[in-house]
Amino acid sequence: MLTSPLDDVHRGAHMTEFAGWSLPLRFGSELAEHTAVRQTAGLFDLSHMAQLEIRGPAAGQALDFALTGAHGAMPHGRASYSLMLEPDGGIVDDLIVYRLADAEYLVIANAANRQAVLERLTERLAQHEATVRDSTLERTLIAVQGPRSAEILAAAGLREVATGLRYYTAAPAQLDGVDVLVARTGYTGEDGFEISAPAGEASGIWAKLEQAGEPFGLVRAGLAARDTLRLEAAMPLYGHELTLNTTPWDAGLNRFVDLTKPDFVGKSALVSDDGTPHPRQRRLIGLAGSGRRAARAGYQVLTAADGEAIGEVTSGALSPTLGHPIALAYIDPGVESAPGTPLAVDIRGTHQRFTVAARPFYRRAT
Amino acid sequence: MSIPSNLFYTQEHEWVADPSSSPARVGITAFAANALGDVVFVDLPDVGAALTAGAPCGEIESTKSVSEIFSPLNGTVVEVNAEVVDAPELVNDDPYGKGWLFAVQPSQPIPSLLDAAAYAALPDVAQ
Repeated sequence: MLTSPLDDVHRGAHMTEFAGWSLPLRFGSELAEHTAVRQTAGLFDLSHMAQLEIRGPAAGQALDFALTGAHGAMPHGRASYSLMLEPDGGIVDDLIVYRLADAEYLVIANAANRQAVLERLTERLAQHEATVRDSTLERTLIAVQGPRSAEILAAAGLREVATGLRYYTAAPAQLDGVDVLVARTGYTGEDGFEISAPAGEASGIWAKLEQAGEPFGLVRAGLAARDTLRLEAAMPLYGHELTLNTTPWDAGLNRFVDLTKPDFVGKSALVSDDGTPHPRQRRLIGLAGSGRRAARAGYQVLTAADGEAIGEVTSGALSPTLGHPIALAYIDPGVESAPGTPLAVDIRGTHQRFTVAARPFYRRAT
Repeated sequence: MSIPSNLFYTQEHEWVADPSSSPARVGITAFAANALGDVVFVDLPDVGAALTAGAPCGEIESTKSVSEIFSPLNGTVVEVNAEVVDAPELVNDDPYGKGWLFAVQPSQPIPSLLDAAAYAALPDVAQ
């Protein structure tokens, strides 16, 4: 089992195994942690996330071939959500690509897919002047997420990036003399930052942020809160909404696929010879219910009228912010799915009414 | 983790008041509540329902999981805690008090139950 460089700091937390890592599920109440991120801020240890460094004069072109996004054209300091596909169009992983310099990128991939992404990047970059290096175990990734995040970073000594960075950008900075990379990105639907630093500095940075954040209501938050936060923001989770059997079209991620690129792995499976996208096989939708009973992953989605099975829930919970059940589900693409359409979910034998809901379920006030 | 000595317990982490002081209230232990995380929904048996010791009679949902409630006794449900249905967090906040789930009028046979010391010695709980 892999342990975070912050493992000692997490003593007393409820730990869980996730993608081969021992990580905090919750420090106290996961609902309190969730609410803190919505109202003040939460501090997350994301050291399990894969950090892959891409370097070389052709790094941009290589990533353009290896992934679905337009990465060669990214300005320095920009972050971009992207997908890695198999040649058959199935999703290997969703990732964030940061352009750090002309010939230098950082790719953050899911912990569960670290090896799969590393192997494919190595293979796909081989035909370009670019190399990939897995620095995951030498690094830490710490996130501050929530409306008070910028104030907390400023108080910790990162005022310049806290005020200067726009959403989905990143910049190098120094925190107590340590070189870090600060990105204004996250997985919670709130403003927030993710800080990549050497693993040996993890405890010091964590303590510094915790101390700076205390007056702003910063609380430690675990994976349980992270999951309900991302679900309210309708962000997909690999292994749930995204799998090798899901295409970007199925998941509604069309805008992260740059079809103007001459070629990328998976492109030929997504479009016909004349370049028209193939029809989707299923459709990702949002569902909202009443009462308190959650529609959970694996439960069947049914038509409201006659209970005919038309799909399956991939993630679901009682939304802590909204107070009613929310879920993401795949349904047959032919079924009416405009927001407001009544459907049902088979919750352990009971047909519970749900309606198709617009995504995200929760959107922060700006 | 608190394990009151005046209550009886099951391997499935329910507590039950002394069955001789009927009707007996039933709930889940502080250990179980802590392991589940924040309880967000409880589904309780109806008043009048016949219960079989060891059989599922309700559900408790936390953010992350669904767990069955097993009846610690044979008998009939005579009361359910309406307050905990409206405020499931009472199970976490006060598992032996305001977080009680339902009350049973026990019938024979009374199954063997664990006392506080025996419950505290269960491998999961003792850890």
